[in-house]
Amino acid sequence: MISVENLSKQYGATTVVDGVSMVIERNSITVIVGTSGSGKSTLLRMINRLIEPTRGRVLIDGNDTTGEPAHLLRRRIGYVIQGHGLFPHRTVAENIATVPRLLGWDEARIRARVEELLAVFQLDQGAYAGAFPHQLSGGQQQRVGVARALAAEPAVLLMDEPFGALDPIIRAKAQDDLLDIQRRFGTTIVLVTHDMDEAFRLGDHVAVMSHGRLLQYDRPAVLLTHPADPFVSRMTGVSDRAMRLLSLTTAGEAALPGVSDGPAVAASASLREVLSELLWRGAESAAVMDADGTRRGYLTIAAILERGRPG
Amino acid sequence: MSTRTALTVPRLRRLDPLGALLAAAGAVAAVFLPFVVLKSNRIVPGDPRALLEVLPAWGALGCQVILICAALAALRVSNPRVRLGAALLGVVAVALAVAAAGDALTPAGNKVVRVSPGAGFWVLLVCLGLMATDATTRMRPGPGLRVLLLAVSIAVAGLALAHGTFDHLSVMREYAVNADRFAREARQHVWLALGSLAAAVLVALPTGILCHRVPRLRSGVLGTLNVIQTIPAIALFGILMAPLGALAAAVPLAAALGIRGIGAAPAAVALFLYSLLPIAANTVAGLKRVPRAAVEAARGMGMTSWQILTGIELILALPVILTGIRIVLVQNIGMVTVAALIGGGGLGTFVFQGIGQTAIDLVLLGAIPIVTLAFSAAVVLDALAEVLDRARQ
Repeated sequence: MISVENLSKQYGATTVVDGVSMVIERNSITVIVGTSGSGKSTLLRMINRLIEPTRGRVLIDGNDTTGEPAHLLRRRIGYVIQGHGLFPHRTVAENIATVPRLLGWDEARIRARVEELLAVFQLDQGAYAGAFPHQLSGGQQQRVGVARALAAEPAVLLMDEPFGALDPIIRAKAQDDLLDIQRRFGTTIVLVTHDMDEAFRLGDHVAVMSHGRLLQYDRPAVLLTHPADPFVSRMTGVSDRAMRLLSLTTAGEAALPGVSDGPAVAASASLREVLSELLWRGAESAAVMDADGTRRGYLTIAAILERGRPG
Repeated sequence: MSTRTALTVPRLRRLDPLGALLAAAGAVAAVFLPFVVLKSNRIVPGDPRALLEVLPAWGALGCQVILICAALAALRVSNPRVRLGAALLGVVAVALAVAAAGDALTPAGNKVVRVSPGAGFWVLLVCLGLMATDATTRMRPGPGLRVLLLAVSIAVAGLALAHGTFDHLSVMREYAVNADRFAREARQHVWLALGSLAAAVLVALPTGILCHRVPRLRSGVLGTLNVIQTIPAIALFGILMAPLGALAAAVPLAAALGIRGIGAAPAAVALFLYSLLPIAANTVAGLKRVPRAAVEAARGMGMTSWQILTGIELILALPVILTGIRIVLVQNIGMVTVAALIGGGGLGTFVFQGIGQTAIDLVLLGAIPIVTLAFSAAVVLDALAEVLDRARQ
């Protein structure tokens, strides 16, 4: 658990972050979203003390982060930035081993961890361990960047616009991978982005910032149905908010007991995708199937539309 | 590709433009310029001799056949390996010919007669050397191979010199007279060049790092070093004479260490000052080219400032810094020559002594090793920078 208490940062007369307080739950993904200059990156970088706050403090599991030297704190916190920041003169394996080496792990343990991470991130050991970053594609570089941040098994992972440099298709894949990784390792992830779609797709909680202030911090659905501020409504988008709301619920969660002779849809698909599929096929209802092929129930257009309304 | 080859003019008809120029110059030199100059002593004007006059018939014929083959290779062969082989064979041929001419023209036991390589020899050597360099460049050899080529060339030349192949030539006559001084001045030359370089690295590297970290300092510091760079060497020696002389007079320890207004001390200080700008400026440029994201990520992962500097920034900047060191080393090897004027020693001693006595052979005794040193330093450091840059990429 990360407690941010009344955190502020000023540069001269300019206030970049203004009295932000929030509690970030363990084992969840929290997305901080805002326009450029909203102070979201500064807030993130105050958590691992790349920037020292002017006022306020940060507690991780109840311990004040100023209780140890900043570089030792950072070795316990994963950090991923836009454009990956891989060391061009070191191989993929050496890059991933950076923090374990700083922590003085023995070579056997480092090697085992590097092999495990290469497997998790679908990078073939033989082909990529000895490769240099410039020999990888953009998506692979980004995966190595995340693997490097996770190498020392940090409980907390900070990500500053990690997918900003990727093209849309690779970005969607990277987002899916991140959700898998979070489930697998149970890491507490704090991610900064300016992309509302990314925030809704990844965040268990979303924090909206503007001009250094935290406007609203809640579950994505609440941001849509009960925006605290006109700016939050604008950020979340008024014109397609019903569709966004549908995209937050999966077919498996909404399935009604019973059977349907309509087209089969995956339980992991969002209601938005199911609705689109039904409209396209001209069908009234769909059968919801698990990944292993068992029936979970069914959905009708009317039942889906019911869920697109607030409250 | 094959259709294109078929459409172009057959390869044999095409003349290589550089090869044509070199072959023409070489031919003119071989026919019209004296191959060696025979002098009855070291300072009187000489008596020119052509290649055919100084060698036995079979030797002159063999040498000419090899030179004609080299010329043909220069004109019509496009394979760089063949061109390099022909050029090197030509170099060996003219070198052996000039050595044989020295042996033939020197009466037994006579130590006064001087046989100098003539203009014809030098022009041929330059033409063949350019042809070899051009062929090597076209082969695009890796850094290791370039250093190997250099080492083999120096070893062959060294063996020939040790064997006494050229002992009857005038330059080697001057060497024989000055052998012990030559070793001392050569050591002094290398010592001055390397010592001032090492001192400059110790000062300029931290200065460059500081300029990178504190941008406000950059223009002021680099500007000052730039001004030093524009002072002519002789003027700088002059400027340094007064303060160093005063220092020696005031501090006995400094005088005991050999610091004086003239001699090696002002030379070393001047070379040190000239060395600062290239190293500091290249350090700044090298550090600037380190990706910001890599440094940012390193900090975010908990590396200390020292770890980031030594493990990331300096390693990534090293090829550019080495380029600066190469510039300085080559520049120093050349500039130490001038230090002889203020009693700093080094191979320049022979150059200026030779100029004073109008003894061109003595000038060459200083100049040839200086050129060889500078060229070798450039090749080795270029190769080193390339190896490091390749690892980085």
